[in-house]
Amino acid sequence: MSSTPLLKISELSVGYPSRAGTTRALDRVSLDLSPGEFLGIVGESGSGKTQLLLAMLGLNAQGAQLAGSISYRGHELVGASQRTLASVRGRRIGMIFQDPMTALNPYLTVGTQVTEGLRLHQKLGRKAAWRRAIELLEAVQIPEPERRLGQHPHELSGGMRQRIVIAMALICEPDILLADEPTTALDVTVQAQILALLRELRTRTRAAIVLVTHDLGVIAEVADRVLVMYAGRVVEQAGVEELFSSARHPYTLGLRRSIAELDGPLPERLPSIGGNPPNPAALPAGCAFAPRCAQAFERCLGTPPPLVSVAPGHARACYFEGKLEVSAP
Amino acid sequence: MSAAALEVRDLTVRFALAGGRHRVLQAVTNVGFTLPRGETLGIVGESGSGKSTIARALLRLVPASAGVARFRGVDLLALEHEPLRAMREHLQIIFQDPLASLDPRMRVAQIIEEPLLEFRPRLNAQARRTLVLAMMERVGLLHSHLNRYPHEFSGGQAQRIGIARALMLEPELLVCDEPISALDVSIKSQIANLLKDLQKQLHLSVLFIAHDLAAVRFSCERVLVLYLGRVMEIAPRDALFSAPHHPYTRALLQSVPIPDPRRARARGGAPLGGEIPSPLAPPSGCVFRTRCPIAEARCAEQVPELRTVGDSKVACHRAGEPGLNL
Repeated sequence: MSSTPLLKISELSVGYPSRAGTTRALDRVSLDLSPGEFLGIVGESGSGKTQLLLAMLGLNAQGAQLAGSISYRGHELVGASQRTLASVRGRRIGMIFQDPMTALNPYLTVGTQVTEGLRLHQKLGRKAAWRRAIELLEAVQIPEPERRLGQHPHELSGGMRQRIVIAMALICEPDILLADEPTTALDVTVQAQILALLRELRTRTRAAIVLVTHDLGVIAEVADRVLVMYAGRVVEQAGVEELFSSARHPYTLGLRRSIAELDGPLPERLPSIGGNPPNPAALPAGCAFAPRCAQAFERCLGTPPPLVSVAPGHARACYFEGKLEVSAP
Repeated sequence: MSAAALEVRDLTVRFALAGGRHRVLQAVTNVGFTLPRGETLGIVGESGSGKSTIARALLRLVPASAGVARFRGVDLLALEHEPLRAMREHLQIIFQDPLASLDPRMRVAQIIEEPLLEFRPRLNAQARRTLVLAMMERVGLLHSHLNRYPHEFSGGQAQRIGIARALMLEPELLVCDEPISALDVSIKSQIANLLKDLQKQLHLSVLFIAHDLAAVRFSCERVLVLYLGRVMEIAPRDALFSAPHHPYTRALLQSVPIPDPRRARARGGAPLGGEIPSPLAPPSGCVFRTRCPIAEARCAEQVPELRTVGDSKVACHRAGEPGLNL
């Protein structure tokens, strides 16, 4: 994409020092985000996908050491003051968390929580804020918005709560919406509703959406472009169709093949990736995927492979040149 | 020996709620099914559908309010304390959260050995150790894991420990309550394969409770679809996935993300609206009617009986109507 990126992340690393040494949560991650783009980030636990989102908001846990750059419309966010971060956070970049119950305050009504942001960021009066809150709830397709504003979170279903959280993220009409596993805690019929809502919001508001998930199916439904993360690094990035039709990293291919499907021939055994996800506190020297990789050879154990372009808009971090096989050692 | 490992009829589970003498939550209503010996029956449904309550009631972890569950010639639901304890040898469970289901203060060897101490008191330490090691090998654990603690393992490894413990007594019936849903994507298929292998090798009869429909398709010969504590449809696997007869089954299948962007986006159609109603105030008639795209007036009045349509048993007034476009 040729347009100037809204957000440009360059060589971002996040480490957590401890007595036993530094745990590398994120290792030199770079990405560009264009206006209106739907970016999917896929990874398992410990892949660094949540750390990446938190870094965009300046919300990594205390003690985190950040290196590299996160540039939002030319403003550097790494090392920025709390004031700068606070002005970007919520106002320009909104966040949707995985568990809507913990993202909402159980003691306050929905109305109080939604209007708080409007009065704080938009400096609206009480009545104007209330009117705007009703519009926002309508925008996320909540029936009877006036009644909902008077209710407490526990009176709402999980799907309704997630819609409220999305409405709150939209308060300041952000340029970027970050969503961390927004449908993982939801039932599958409700997940389909929320994914449809996110797609519709992207079209209507032109906000860029970054959706983090462990579910390649969710990625296939909504993303334009995909980053695949493993052990704190980007191991592959590509447009969504290219990623599914011609994955070039053995991990991506392994993930893709290990998904059980609802139709088509039923395999006797599911292809699987052997071994276990790596421990971020004890990563191997070379490629972190090498211990689970059927293609690994000597070079993979030395230095980690850099992310290299293999086709326009498609890059991968892997030394292996031949035809990829899935079966693991 | 009958061909059925487990036969459940009219299982109903009610919970009395605090605050109000007459507040009763009916989590499971008149559920019946037959699990043929050596087969795997999947029970699917969204949260609040009652699938875990069925498992708990069968294992007598919560009391059933009514019903019969015939297993090894007796009614599980009517067993007194001592015969029930003896029966547990044949009836084991694997839980969703592998780490939470293992005692953090026990070593792997102790965890896997514990059922033997309880039910095979005549075995000596060496005989127990031999059995434990053989079982560990079977589930893919290493001998070097014997003296480790649960927290030293990843989720997939911990689930292997839970499986080893459950199979130590060679049970006849294994209940798997969401056995792979808490695991990382790359690990799910390892454990799904392992469970299927073990089921075949040990001729286990398995109740496989899950919300992941694709995992159920891979693991189960028959599938039961639950909604708000009632059976909507029971069918052999291929019939259910290729020609679902209940509008809820159909909606569930259509909601699952397709891991192929072209097909996913070509699918079109609006997702099923609404959410599962509160079990405190279930809709009259068919409980699914408030979300059903083909509901009619009679659906609010009459509870649909489970009846045979094609290869399925379906609880829907309209199932099987010619030209019905779900």
